[in-house]
Amino acid sequence: MSYSETRPLPPWYFFVPAIAVGTGVLLPLVYLLVRAFEAETAELFQIVFRIRTLYLFGNTLRLAIGVMGSGALLAMPLAWLTTRTDLKGVRFFTLMGVLPLAIPGYVMAYALLGLSGPNGTFAELFGTTLPRFRGYWGALIALSFYTFPYLFLNVRSALLGLDVTIEESARSLGSRSWEVFGRIILPQLRPAFYAGGLLVGLHVLGDFGVVSLMRYETFSYALYTQYTASYDRTYAAWLALMLLALAGSLLYLEARLLREKVFHRAGTGTARGANPIALGRWQIPAYFYLATLVLASVVAPTVAICFWMVKGFDPSHLRDFLEALSGSLMASTPAAFLTAGLAIPLAYLGVRYSSSICRALERGAYIGYATPPLAFALALIFFTLRVVPGVYQTLWILIYAYTLHFLAEAIGPVRSALYQASPRLEETARSLGYPPFKAFLKATFPLLRSGLMVSTAFVFLAAMKELPLTFLLSPVGYETLAVNVWSYTTEAMFAEAAPYALAILIFSALFVGLLLIRDTNQEYRDTIIKVSR
Amino acid sequence: MESNNQSSGREPTLRLKGQSANHLLSLDVGNSPRQSAIRNRLMHCTRIMKSLLSVRNITKRFARHLPPVAKDVSFEVYTGEIFALLGPSGCGKTTTLRLIAGFERADAGEIFLEGQLLEGEKVHLPPEVRGVGIVFQEYALFPHLSVLGNVVFGLKKLPAKARHERVMEVLEMVGLAPLKDRKPHELSGGEQQRVALARSIATSPKLILLDEPFSNLDAGLRHATREEVRTLLKRTGMSTVLVTHDQEEALSFADRLAVMQGGRIEQIGAPETVYHRPQTPFVADFLGKTNLITGEAEGDYAETPIGRFRLDRAVTGKVLLSLRPEHLTMSVSNNGQGGKIVLREFKGHDLTYRVQIGEQDYLVQTDYRCPFQVGDWVQLRAVEPTVIVEGKEE
Repeated sequence: MSYSETRPLPPWYFFVPAIAVGTGVLLPLVYLLVRAFEAETAELFQIVFRIRTLYLFGNTLRLAIGVMGSGALLAMPLAWLTTRTDLKGVRFFTLMGVLPLAIPGYVMAYALLGLSGPNGTFAELFGTTLPRFRGYWGALIALSFYTFPYLFLNVRSALLGLDVTIEESARSLGSRSWEVFGRIILPQLRPAFYAGGLLVGLHVLGDFGVVSLMRYETFSYALYTQYTASYDRTYAAWLALMLLALAGSLLYLEARLLREKVFHRAGTGTARGANPIALGRWQIPAYFYLATLVLASVVAPTVAICFWMVKGFDPSHLRDFLEALSGSLMASTPAAFLTAGLAIPLAYLGVRYSSSICRALERGAYIGYATPPLAFALALIFFTLRVVPGVYQTLWILIYAYTLHFLAEAIGPVRSALYQASPRLEETARSLGYPPFKAFLKATFPLLRSGLMVSTAFVFLAAMKELPLTFLLSPVGYETLAVNVWSYTTEAMFAEAAPYALAILIFSALFVGLLLIRDTNQEYRDTIIKVSR
Repeated sequence: MESNNQSSGREPTLRLKGQSANHLLSLDVGNSPRQSAIRNRLMHCTRIMKSLLSVRNITKRFARHLPPVAKDVSFEVYTGEIFALLGPSGCGKTTTLRLIAGFERADAGEIFLEGQLLEGEKVHLPPEVRGVGIVFQEYALFPHLSVLGNVVFGLKKLPAKARHERVMEVLEMVGLAPLKDRKPHELSGGEQQRVALARSIATSPKLILLDEPFSNLDAGLRHATREEVRTLLKRTGMSTVLVTHDQEEALSFADRLAVMQGGRIEQIGAPETVYHRPQTPFVADFLGKTNLITGEAEGDYAETPIGRFRLDRAVTGKVLLSLRPEHLTMSVSNNGQGGKIVLREFKGHDLTYRVQIGEQDYLVQTDYRCPFQVGDWVQLRAVEPTVIVEGKEE
C-alpha cells in the first residue's frame, strides 16, 4: 500500500518563490561564513581573540541592556497610567507612547546633536548651553526614546488582557495593593517584557545610525569603520559573524523565556476591565512625568528639526532634495511591490501547508528580518562581488536587500487576510471547474487585496527611512533621504540635514499611522513567536 | 415486507425509476432464506439499474503512524438517489466525501463515476474535471461576489445569454431571484445555504456532495430547510451524497445510508432496515436508544437474563441482542420475577421507563397511557423479534 506521508506539496508557483526567498536570505549568510574561515587558523585566532573584540562586545551589551532597562522605566509607568488609573487624556497619552516610533534613531540622534552644544537649538532658544550628547549616553538616550514604544505596546496590551479577578482574589486574601502589583501583576507582565525586550535588543544590535553619529563603538560601528577604512575584509566578516551570533543568542534566549510563558497564560480576554485607581494627589507627579516624556521624546526632536529647517532654509537646495527624494522612491517603490508579491506565497505556505519545509521557508523571511542590517549588507556585498560582480553597486542589490529584510513585515497583513479566507473557497472553485491557480486567483486573491495594500505601504514606508542597508548597498553617488540626514549630521551640518530629517519624520509618521490602524502589537508578537520556533 | 415482495415480483426494469427503485434496493439486508431470495432478485435488478458512483475499497491515511481515516470503504450510489454517510465525528465520512470530490488522494482503491475512473492506483482526476459539485458545512460563499456572481461562477464556459438564463432559472428554483444582488453577509443562514446549493446545481453536476449542510442552521430552521432541500433535490433528480453525524437527519433525508465508524463502513441499507435490523452493536446504539442484551441462542429463541426472546433469525450459541425501547412492553409481575421501575420520564406524547433487573438497567418506551409508577415491579416482553447484533450464523 502506498502512503501519502504528508499533505501534497504546494504548487510550484508558490513553492518556487518561497524557496527563492529562503535561498536568498541564507546564501549570503552562508557565504559570509565561508569567507570568514578563508584565513589561516593562526590568523583567525589573532583576529577573533583580541582585546578589541571583548571591548566591542562589552560596549554592545552595555548599550543593549541600558536601552532595555531605560526603555522599561519609560514604558512601564506610561502603560500602567494609561490602563489602570483615572488619568485624563488616556487616548492622547497612548498615542504619545507610540509616536516616538515615527522618529527613527538616527533622526533622534540628529535632533539630540542639533539641540545640544554651543550652537545648538537649546542654546539659541534659551541662552544656556546643553552639554553635547556623545558616546554611550547619547546613544542610550536616542535609542531609548526611539524603541521604548515596543515595550509600551506589549506591556499595555498585557495589562489590558490580565484577568482582573486574580488581582481581586489577592486583595480579598489580604494583600495590599502594592503587594498585588509586585506579586501578581509584575510576574504576569514578564512575557510582555520579554517580547518587547527582544525587539528593542534587535534594534540596538542592528542600529548603525545612532552609534555612528554618537561615535560609540559597538559591533555595528566597528563593522562600518572596518569596511570603509581598510581592506581587511576577513576581520569585517568576523565582526559581522559575531554580530549575527549575538542576535542569534538574543533570539534564542528570549524565545526560550517567551515560549514557556506565552502559552501558559490563561485566556487573554476578560469581560470586565479593572476598576481605575484614583490618582488623587499623585496626579501632579503623574502629569509631570507624562509631560516630560512627551516633551523629550516627541516635542524636542520635532522642534529641533523645525528650528534648523527655518534657520537654514535655502531654496537652492531644493534640487538636491528632490534628487534624494527620487532616489529613495526609486529603491523603495519597486521593493514594496516585490515584497508584497513575495509575501503571498510565503504566507500561503505558512497558513495552508503544515509540513515542516513550508514552515521553515516562512521562517526564512523572519531570519531576514532579525539579521542585523549591516551584517546582512556585508554578506551581500561579499556574495555579489564573488558570484555576480555585475550587480554590485547597482540599484538591484539594494532592492533585493530591502525585499528580504522587510518581507516579515509584509507577511503579517497577508497572513491575517488568509486566515479569513477559508480553504473551502478555493475547493469550491475547483469543484466548479477552475484549475488550481485560477481557483486561487478568483476565490482567494480578491480577499487578500486590502492586506496586500497594507503590506505594500508598510514596506514602502519602512524602506524610505531605512539607513544601514541603503548606506552600504546603494550605488556610488546615489542619494537618498536617509543617507543625506546621516552624512550631513556627521559633518555637523544640521541646517543642511533638516529638510531630509523632516521628510523622514513625515514618512515615519505615516508608517506609525498605519501601525496604529492595524493591531500591530499582535503582529509583532506573531513575529516573535515565529522567530522563536 | 409484503409490498416489497410484490414489487420485486413485477418486471423490475419498468419500475426502476426514482424513489421506488431505490426503495427496492434498500432491502439488501437480512439473512433469512426468504430475504436471501429477495436479495438475489434485487441483485439482478441492481445490475440493470444504473450505478452512478462506485466507491471500491478506498483506503486513506494521513500519516504512517496514524490509523487509516478510511479503510476499505465500498459503496454504490444510484442515479437520482440520496445516499447518506452517517457516523460520529472522526469516523472518516468527510474524508470519504473529499476523496470523491478529488480534494484528497486515495492510498488504495478506486472511485468510478458513470463508469469513468476518477481515482485509482495511477489515476487522480483533479476536482475541476470530475463533474462533482460540493456544498460545504460553512457554505464557502465567495464573500466578494453577489448572489448572482456566486451562482454564475461555475458557468464561465456558457455564452453570456445562456449563462444568464441558467442562473435565473436556478435562482428561481431556490427562491432567491429577488435577492440576486445581495452580498453573502447580507443573507440569513438558510439563504446562504440555498445560494451554495444553487451554485452547485447551476453547473449541472453528475453528483452533488453535501458536507453537514444543515449543522450551521439553528434547530427551528434546520427542519424546514431539510425538507425544502430534499424536495428540490428530488425534483431535479439530483444524485446526492450527504455526510452527517445526525442520525435523525440521515434517517429522514436519505434513500439509503451507510453507517461508518473508525474509518470503516459498518452497515449499508435503507433507513428502516438499518434502524430495525442493525448488524453491529455500534449501529444499533448509534441510530437511537437501544438495549443491548447478552444471551444464549438456540434456534429461533434466546435465553437472556430478562427472559426468553424470539430472534430475527436462527442461530446457536452466545449472542448479543438489540432491543429498541419501543419494542418492549411491561406487564405486572406477580411472581417476584422481572424488575423494579427506577425512573419514569414523561415526555408528552410518550413515556420512557428505566427498569432495573439484576444489575442492569433497561429502557422501555410506551405510550402516554401506561399506568406504572416508579417502584412498581414489572415484567418485560418483546413485541418484535430481537435483533442479533453479534453471534455466529447457524
